[in-house]
Amino acid sequence: MDQLDAYRKMLLIRFFEEEIYKLNKLGLLQGTAHLYIGMEAIAVGACTTMLNGDYLTSTHRGHGHGIACGLDTGRMMAEILGRVDGYCGGKGGSMHIADISHGMLGADGIVGGGIPIAVGAAVGSRLKAESSVVLCFFGEGATNQGSFHEGLNFAAVQKLPVVFICENNLWALSASFKEFTAGGSVAARAAGYGIPGARVDGNNVTAVFEAVAVAARRARQGLGPSLLECETYRWEGHSIFTRQDNRPDEEILHWKNRDPIQQYRNKLVETHAYPIQTLLEVEAQVGTQISNAAEYAKNSPMPDPGSALEHVFA
Amino acid sequence: MTETSYAQALNDAIREEMRRHPLVFVLGEDVARMGGLFKVTQNLLEEFGSGRVIDTPISEAAIAGAGVGAALVGARPVIEFQFSDFMTIAIDQIVNHAAKLCYMTNGMVSVPMVIRAPVGSGISLGAQHSQSLESWFVHIPGLKVVMPSTAADAKGLLKSAIRDENPVLFFEHRLLYAQRGNVPDGEHLVPIGVADIKRAGSDITIIATGRTVSLALNAAQQLAQSGVEAEVIDPRTLQPLDTDLICRSVRKTNRLVVVSDAWSICGFSAEVMARVVELCFWDLDAPIQRVCGKNVPMPVATCLQNAVMVSVDDILNACQIVLPPKLFGLN
Repeated sequence: MDQLDAYRKMLLIRFFEEEIYKLNKLGLLQGTAHLYIGMEAIAVGACTTMLNGDYLTSTHRGHGHGIACGLDTGRMMAEILGRVDGYCGGKGGSMHIADISHGMLGADGIVGGGIPIAVGAAVGSRLKAESSVVLCFFGEGATNQGSFHEGLNFAAVQKLPVVFICENNLWALSASFKEFTAGGSVAARAAGYGIPGARVDGNNVTAVFEAVAVAARRARQGLGPSLLECETYRWEGHSIFTRQDNRPDEEILHWKNRDPIQQYRNKLVETHAYPIQTLLEVEAQVGTQISNAAEYAKNSPMPDPGSALEHVFA
Repeated sequence: MTETSYAQALNDAIREEMRRHPLVFVLGEDVARMGGLFKVTQNLLEEFGSGRVIDTPISEAAIAGAGVGAALVGARPVIEFQFSDFMTIAIDQIVNHAAKLCYMTNGMVSVPMVIRAPVGSGISLGAQHSQSLESWFVHIPGLKVVMPSTAADAKGLLKSAIRDENPVLFFEHRLLYAQRGNVPDGEHLVPIGVADIKRAGSDITIIATGRTVSLALNAAQQLAQSGVEAEVIDPRTLQPLDTDLICRSVRKTNRLVVVSDAWSICGFSAEVMARVVELCFWDLDAPIQRVCGKNVPMPVATCLQNAVMVSVDDILNACQIVLPPKLFGLN
């Protein structure tokens, strides 16, 4: 893993989300957005393992996955502002950004909806005799959907090349993981399907990268899927529309003190001896990139209302 | 022409398309080793292997979702549901994903997927194995809905469905599987979205789908004995619907009966009626009548089942209401 690139991408996600927050305050967002702040290490660590031809399925909280797999931040932001230059021409918005050319099969507004689709992408790529791996992201809330069980069982019996990556941020809107998920562990559920399961520090980009790399290698060798539970936290409320937040302040503070980006920055300086100047340069570059993305999005026109009737069918 | 069963015609269609395109594959419960609950996929495993004819766990949501995912990466799944009733378990993937991905991505992706499923009753399987749910899917923008009534249409439409770039729901009435009919030899394609006049006539139009087409033809034969020439139209595709052909017929006959095994309330028959009223109201000489499955869940006992399913007599009764007494010799 290119360390500076991992740092740059995590920062890009953070600045992107902070910009979305600001654009919302300006009343420029079309619809809602679910921010990924605090969870950046998972998308970046996981997507850094992707090879050409690999795929991923994302979630309603999908900006991080899109950025980590290389989507253009300007076009992503334009989509969130409902503009014509957005990835979906303003029809998808935050929850439906996709770019097949990057293997990004789509964010998804249905909790757990992407899981069977990831399984199908693996079926399809096997049929095409490709050696693709599919990264399937979902939150801990999705692990209580039927699609989670159906998808994991299907992938396990077919030995499909899928890495199931649970982003356990402890809260599904107002429902805590502790109260609503029996057994207390997502990773432990892997045993029920006879596949490897592991808990990973989701705020440590290196740990995520290494765990996903092992699972992806296994998948590529035809040994089947794995389930990784990445423990993390979302700093913001469920969505920018959600005003009420039931989470205890001390819990939020506890996790903010474990900021995946700050931790990694400290590590780069202290353990890997990166000069501060290098990191400052990366930070400035990312800041400029996000300002440019926001300008691009704001300057992009609104779509022609007539386009609302197009593309119902291919 | 070769005479074959409806089920065999479907089997031939899948086999021909699998030979034609290496990424067409079959996915579903018991489709491989068993050849499908109604034998539509039999012998495909032997020819194409377990990589292309895939038995799945009983996981309807995952089956439909797997179809969506496979289609997104370029494969062309042909999914079998053992009963259309089971599609209710997969409704999220069909309605929220398959139907919407092309639109939500502004045409960046498409979902070329076929879902086949038997509909309707007639073999006393009760309320959870007998529904005609086609109207549900006609309601959803982004889905095509096909419902052939003959072996030839079954083959030609399934081949077109497999070549279509969109999700196509393909409904087969289970009482039709054993029915035999002539199928043109060689490459036989029936375009999606084109209705067919199964019997020409000038006195009354009967629009019928699936199993009820043969009932309508039977009724038309009886009407002919009284000097009434009924035109029987099979839309074949419910969405997109060939409104032009329907309206042309109504403008000629000025009288319409719509027949469907589905329930009448918000059903496909209601949509046909609405379009005719919108487009040809002034051409109508009598109120349109509908003949539909009774608005109750399907009971098991044969006598109860027969009491709620569409019959030839029901169609004749509706025609009697629509036709002027002097034309209707039975009166």
